[in-house]
Amino acid sequence: MKRLFVFVLLLAGCATPTLRGTGDLGVVIERAAGRVMLVETTKRTAIGRVAGLGDLSHASIVFSRDARYAYVFGRDGGLTKVDILAARIERRVIQSGNAIGGAISQDGRLVVAANYTPGGIRIFDAGTLELLSEVPTGSKVVGIADAPGNRFVFSLFEAGEIWIVDASDPRKPSTTRLPGIGKQPYDGFVTPDGRHYIAGLYGEDGLALVDLWHPERGARRVLAGYGRGEEPLPVFKMPHLRGWAAAGRYLFLPAIGRHEVLVLDRVDWTEAARIPVRGQPVFAVAQPGGRRVWVNFALPHNDAVQVIDVDAMKVVKDLRPGRAVLHLEFTPRGEQAWISSRDDNAVAVYDTASYAELARLPAENPSGIFLTSRSAMTGF
Amino acid sequence: MHRLAGCLALLSAAAAAAEPAPARRAELVELVRQDCGSCHGLTLKGGLGPSLEPAAMAGKDAEQLEFVILHGRRGTPMPPWRGFLTEDEARWIVEQLKRGLPK
Repeated sequence: MKRLFVFVLLLAGCATPTLRGTGDLGVVIERAAGRVMLVETTKRTAIGRVAGLGDLSHASIVFSRDARYAYVFGRDGGLTKVDILAARIERRVIQSGNAIGGAISQDGRLVVAANYTPGGIRIFDAGTLELLSEVPTGSKVVGIADAPGNRFVFSLFEAGEIWIVDASDPRKPSTTRLPGIGKQPYDGFVTPDGRHYIAGLYGEDGLALVDLWHPERGARRVLAGYGRGEEPLPVFKMPHLRGWAAAGRYLFLPAIGRHEVLVLDRVDWTEAARIPVRGQPVFAVAQPGGRRVWVNFALPHNDAVQVIDVDAMKVVKDLRPGRAVLHLEFTPRGEQAWISSRDDNAVAVYDTASYAELARLPAENPSGIFLTSRSAMTGF
Repeated sequence: MHRLAGCLALLSAAAAAAEPAPARRAELVELVRQDCGSCHGLTLKGGLGPSLEPAAMAGKDAEQLEFVILHGRRGTPMPPWRGFLTEDEARWIVEQLKRGLPK
């Protein structure tokens, strides 16, 4: 009896510190340091750091379906699987010379890296990071997103095409090519319901829309000619598109070369509004629930974040979270906004109801903020 | 002769003025790394924009590179940086890129 008691004590002693969920965790890129900071949004603290991830400029992350592992795609082609509970690197491969991002399949079994050099995608086993197959494109891959059916959708910057890769047989993926979708797609995303893929165009005014229920119908242009023939303003940083554009029936999209957020009605695919903002929008992110959209900007307005009220379709709040605001992310139910300020070496946490600053976490040149709730979202 | 000397003095004064002050140099290096880096990569080895490493810069005409920095490149996402940089600063950046950006 006594022995059993000691045994139970030992077990309890071992198990207690490691038992916790990951639902309130996240990963912040410290891009110059090649490191990530692990954060917890309940107490709003940093709980650890993982170094040795290589060149993290433009790094992005997808999460495993159990929200325990973060797959970090580095610019140097490094793909690292980080165990966020143990705060250590589980596996790491250098998969290409120059990567831009990645995606995880609907079933969570495949991780796909999108590459600039050589242009194409590479499909990996999410468990082992074994390379299963690749799809060369001969063009820079941008805007990769997962879609239902273990498909991956992306755009080709130089070629002006959208490709849909069906990876249900991951060693023999099949590709549907949609050519002539427009000039210089710079990013793209899948809507939260997984039905539509939209690519933003740099080389002309408009976006390309694909109905993934009917890829055979090809791509159509939406918001065509939104610049109205005016000379575009310079773009000092490319906007980023993801499913966070969706707020109810509307998609909020950064204009290119105009200081506006364009509002696309996704019932009839017409322009619902255009909202003047402070500068060239980079991220326009809907707060969960879709009541407000928070926007950050390219140089020289990158110290600002503006908040758009979706009901009023106008800016209702101007925030100054710090110098060089690079990214923002909401907690899953939208009560907090986490905002990275690269040049102030801080991540600021805002209360979205009162706009009060709740916390300020020191971080070395922070860029992307990725919370584990993404693990359950199509297109992330 | 006097005039020539005066002219030379002026020229060297101009050359001295062309070099940005140390504090500004640090800012410029940071700007190249962080802001140019958002398209060309933090290590400048290329991204949506081409590599800016010395090997890629070698053999490219310095004046043309200065022009691209200041005025952008039509038909590409390269924007004009003249609102952020003087001509002298653009020239200094080109020199640094050709020999490798200081740490």
